[in-house]
Amino acid sequence: MFGFDLTFFNWDILSRFVINGFLFSVQLTVIATLGGIVLGTLLALMRLSGSKLLAVPATIYVNGMRSIPLVMVILWFFLLVPTIIGRPIGAELSATITFIAFEAAYFSEIVRAGIQSISRGQVNAGRALGMTYGQNMRLIILPQAFRNMVPVLLTQTIILFQDTSLVYAIGAYDLLKGFTTAGKIYGRPEESYLLAAVVYFVLCYSLSWMVKRLNNRIAIIR
Amino acid sequence: MTWDWKVFLNDDGGGRTYLEWMMTAWGWTLSVAIASWVVAMIFGSLMGTLRTLPNSPWLVRLGNVWVELFRNIPLLVQIFLWYFVVPKMFPAMKDVPGFVLVVLALGFFTSARIAEQVRAGVQALPRGQRYAGMALGFSTVQTYRYVILPMAFRIIMPPLTSESMNLLKNSSVAFAVSIAELTMFAMQAQEETSRGIEIYIAVTALYAISAFAVNRLMALVEKKMQIPGLIVVGATGGGH
Repeated sequence: MFGFDLTFFNWDILSRFVINGFLFSVQLTVIATLGGIVLGTLLALMRLSGSKLLAVPATIYVNGMRSIPLVMVILWFFLLVPTIIGRPIGAELSATITFIAFEAAYFSEIVRAGIQSISRGQVNAGRALGMTYGQNMRLIILPQAFRNMVPVLLTQTIILFQDTSLVYAIGAYDLLKGFTTAGKIYGRPEESYLLAAVVYFVLCYSLSWMVKRLNNRIAIIR
Repeated sequence: MTWDWKVFLNDDGGGRTYLEWMMTAWGWTLSVAIASWVVAMIFGSLMGTLRTLPNSPWLVRLGNVWVELFRNIPLLVQIFLWYFVVPKMFPAMKDVPGFVLVVLALGFFTSARIAEQVRAGVQALPRGQRYAGMALGFSTVQTYRYVILPMAFRIIMPPLTSESMNLLKNSSVAFAVSIAELTMFAMQAQEETSRGIEIYIAVTALYAISAFAVNRLMALVEKKMQIPGLIVVGATGGGH
């Protein structure tokens, strides 16, 4: 069809070029999600702490990150991290650090909205029981906030998985790179782009379908 | 480390300074973003509206397929598809300039997100609005044109603003097919001059300025379109 030959993509090529890239994309997504949520929660707590000393730097960091294109952030870290630590690092490690730092800004907005969605009465109830700020957060607010946030966090993770393809800018070997490398070697670049699109679509569509179902179930519980 | 901002006055080897090159690149970034915005708004509004039609299941499905298709493939991959695969599938597209292909890619990608917002905006309206249109003897098109869409668009101005800023930032992905925009400039100038930090700071500042300008522009539109007392966005649910 349309002069395409998709048959050349056999299991051998998949296992030799694509699997490694796929594993890196997944690994990057998982690490950046976990790291981003931890760092993002810290940033959110700083912004909600009521102390200017904590809130202002966190606000500048979050708004700064969110006003720059991800590709530029990737390039910045690739340039700066080796200068700071004094030795060259690989594109893969640089990408991992970048995505944790970048996603933290987006996750912190989600966490902040989640915390603010918990009614004041819950905070007051915790304080009436004599809980400290830390206990209140850990035992009362955050568990409820995170349960409300789960669908949004998962949606953000799907976006994050798509965004990992931008490590193309520094040449890290991810899922897309796996396809393009194979396409280059076998002289089938167009087919490899097409297959990459199909794989990304199937993965992201099924994930977002699952999030939608989860969303409906949570909605009933609430 | 020492600063060397004079690097922007150096000749880039083609008879222009790096500053001039950067300004041209900024122009390309803005052109890609503005043209894509127009494409995204047209298709996003159309597809978002289709998804809310009451008695046309096939048009609803068309809208749904559109959104899922353009939302679930990474932008970079979509740009490659438009740039490499589409011209091969349709030889008539071979002579279409790369700029147009990137604009279509970015425009359609963003249209899926805007369609989602338009749908949410229409569905946020009370059903009575639609019935009111019907009671006045309006056709479906007239109901949408005069009753539903004017209100829906006012409701979705805040998410539309942030999506417009996203579009501007996403235009940076056009570097991948060698559109001479800001990110492309940053990568090339960084390599040629080895003054990466100065170059990146300038480019980052231009992106931030552009995003801020988009934000202010949309806020202005929102204010101009506002009908006092009609829709109060974000002012509900304040009491706990």
